[in-house]
Amino acid sequence: MKLKSHLLPEFIVERIESRCNKCGVCVKQCPWEVYRWNEDGTDIIIDYTKCVGCQRCVVYCPNKALIVKPYEGSYRPNAYWTKEVIMDIKKQAEQGGVILTGTGNDKPYKVYFDHIVLNASQVTNPSIDPLREPMELRTFIGRKPDHLEVEFDEGDYIIKTEIPPNLVIETPIMFAGMSYGAISYNAFLALAMAAKEFGTLFCTGEGGLPKDMREEYGSCAIVQCASGRFGVDPEYLNCAAAIEIKIGQGAKPGIGGHLPGEKVTEKISETRMIPEGTDALSPAPHHDIYSIEDLAMLIYALKEATNYEKPVFVKIAAVHNVAAIASGIVRAGADAVVIDGFRGGTGASPKIIRDHVGIPIELAIASVDQRLREEGIRHKCSIIASGGIRNSADVVKAIALGADAVYIGTAALIAMGCTMCQKCYTGKCAWGICTQDPELSKRLNPKIAAKRLVNLLRGWSLEIKEMLGGMGINAIESLRGNREHLRGIGLEEWELRVLGIKGAGE
Amino acid sequence: MLIDPYVNGIRRIDELMKYVKFGSDNAEIDARDLRHKELNDLIRECILRGVRKLILRNVCGQRYIGTRLYFKDNIKVEIRIYGTPGNDLGAFLNGHRIIVYGNAQDGVGNTMDDGEIIVHGRAGDVVAMTMRGGRIFIRDNVGYRAAIHMKGYKDKIPVLVVGGTSQDFLGEYMAGGKVVLLGLNVKRHRCHYVGTGMHGGVMYIRGKIERHQLGKEVGIVEMEEEDWKFLEYVVEDFCSYFGYKADEILGDNFLKLVPVTKRPYGRVYAY
Repeated sequence: MKLKSHLLPEFIVERIESRCNKCGVCVKQCPWEVYRWNEDGTDIIIDYTKCVGCQRCVVYCPNKALIVKPYEGSYRPNAYWTKEVIMDIKKQAEQGGVILTGTGNDKPYKVYFDHIVLNASQVTNPSIDPLREPMELRTFIGRKPDHLEVEFDEGDYIIKTEIPPNLVIETPIMFAGMSYGAISYNAFLALAMAAKEFGTLFCTGEGGLPKDMREEYGSCAIVQCASGRFGVDPEYLNCAAAIEIKIGQGAKPGIGGHLPGEKVTEKISETRMIPEGTDALSPAPHHDIYSIEDLAMLIYALKEATNYEKPVFVKIAAVHNVAAIASGIVRAGADAVVIDGFRGGTGASPKIIRDHVGIPIELAIASVDQRLREEGIRHKCSIIASGGIRNSADVVKAIALGADAVYIGTAALIAMGCTMCQKCYTGKCAWGICTQDPELSKRLNPKIAAKRLVNLLRGWSLEIKEMLGGMGINAIESLRGNREHLRGIGLEEWELRVLGIKGAGE
Repeated sequence: MLIDPYVNGIRRIDELMKYVKFGSDNAEIDARDLRHKELNDLIRECILRGVRKLILRNVCGQRYIGTRLYFKDNIKVEIRIYGTPGNDLGAFLNGHRIIVYGNAQDGVGNTMDDGEIIVHGRAGDVVAMTMRGGRIFIRDNVGYRAAIHMKGYKDKIPVLVVGGTSQDFLGEYMAGGKVVLLGLNVKRHRCHYVGTGMHGGVMYIRGKIERHQLGKEVGIVEMEEEDWKFLEYVVEDFCSYFGYKADEILGDNFLKLVPVTKRPYGRVYAY
């Protein structure tokens, strides 16, 4: 029995009649069927109840005749039973299921990045002008040796110590795992192209790496091995720069992934080796990993499978005992630990999990870095922070709190066109990013999207250099874990303690 | 100080060569004193020196045998193992053939891509986990979660044949491939949750099993001619490996299990 929906509209579409010449671009652009022609084709009818607020029509309306804004009508104001709470209850009363959503946690939890300020040099030490002086953003990801034996020979030097495999990236920013399946081929390709052009890396997520991309982009790919083991073949592992074991994700710690059947097209079915149209189920745990010892077993299985030539990362969601878990991961042999904070994005996650499970990335980085230092094993791995990195200041703060580099996912998608409408799980992305519909995917030109991504990396890298220069530092290496350059504002004693920073003015 | 038990103190390859005896077209390795990585270093080295048939003696718990054998020029080898290989035997296996004269531990053929593993004995948990292609034959029983999340695409269909029975969660989340449980020397299967979450592939079970032992996502369907053809083919190979009589096995009934729906969890969400 289909129940009458009691839900209020989420957005309203206003058309400036004097500007609209009924060209029909909005009808074509909107995959949500908000717009349709009337029977005799003389006018366009708007059903704004279907609008998700993706702004595609607004941007593409040649006459700038459209305004899409949140629907203002609401229930009696109530600080506890908010409109969102009421709407979620109604939705579940009508459909009886787990509410799905996309992107990251959007709730007003405290944003620690916004309560931390950076230092700058004044008088006592000079700041550096990055436009005219060398400034190093190059970052090495991987396990470092306990000590270095160097032999000098008439001005030449030979490093005698065997160094575990390390990766070089030209800026401490990489693209986070977003699978081919969750995102379109064009979006996936754009990330690969941008990573290659800028000298950084992209992570494949759990959907494999299409064979036609392996030769050209394998060397800048971090290939993921997650609980569903989709697309994991020996060539996939061996063509890559690094391998990432995905244990958890900030947007859905502790649960598996369900790529909805709508997105499992023929191509996706081929790379994942599952029947077309089925949900791609990633189990919640890896069924060969029930302990740190088992994790070590998979880490070394992957090292064996790649002749010990590739670093192996382990990605976890930031949760309560993250520092102890990270310590176990390093002891299990990981070359890098990826920590994904609770703002981390997703293509599909139960809303209740996305919004209520996990901890902020800032606190997680600080506690992991601190713990590994105390145990004397910080050099054994790199820390990659991920989950809600919004701008270059977040990157700098994350590194000063103890990360080696960051992953960006949401920011990269926004650079390509995403407007955070949170409907990724429907597979109808109007911007051609989070969809497998061939018509919609075509909207994203990979070359142009890659250009936008490269521009973003360039802009952030320039800003990072400016901030470093201001602090009087000329290499990103010198910033890592350098909490003396951070001060907290509006934080309680325990928060400052966990972050390992002083309050402003101290 | 962090000691890495897998790689710490591993001897160099030239120090290990004394454990290898080269024959005319094969090589024999005495694994008695070798650690996981040392044994696999030696196996790789032998193959790079042109060996295509390896015999491993006195194997005792060494892991990942056959895993580090991805070669760009598509070399395929045969490894015969005497003793008990350790976990992840043939993990990510790239088309090689492994024969074990003894029991195997957990993770046999983990995410194996192609090739064949034959075990003259029993195997532990998660046999054929997320297996993508090739064939695994286990003479006796297997542990928990065999064939979990096995995959398959068009003509690349992995096959697991188990002579005895399995423990719980056989074929959980199965997305493709074929599993045959022969029930030899077993009064009745005691496993539960068989095929829980199954959404692709097929299982054939010989011997007594009740409906309540099966996951709710699997259905029992009639055997068809194609199914018998497939079974004849794999059971004959099974019998030739382990010395059983194919006629006797194929003369009995088989239960054919398939997923009820391709989307077992499609209805748990609200949009």
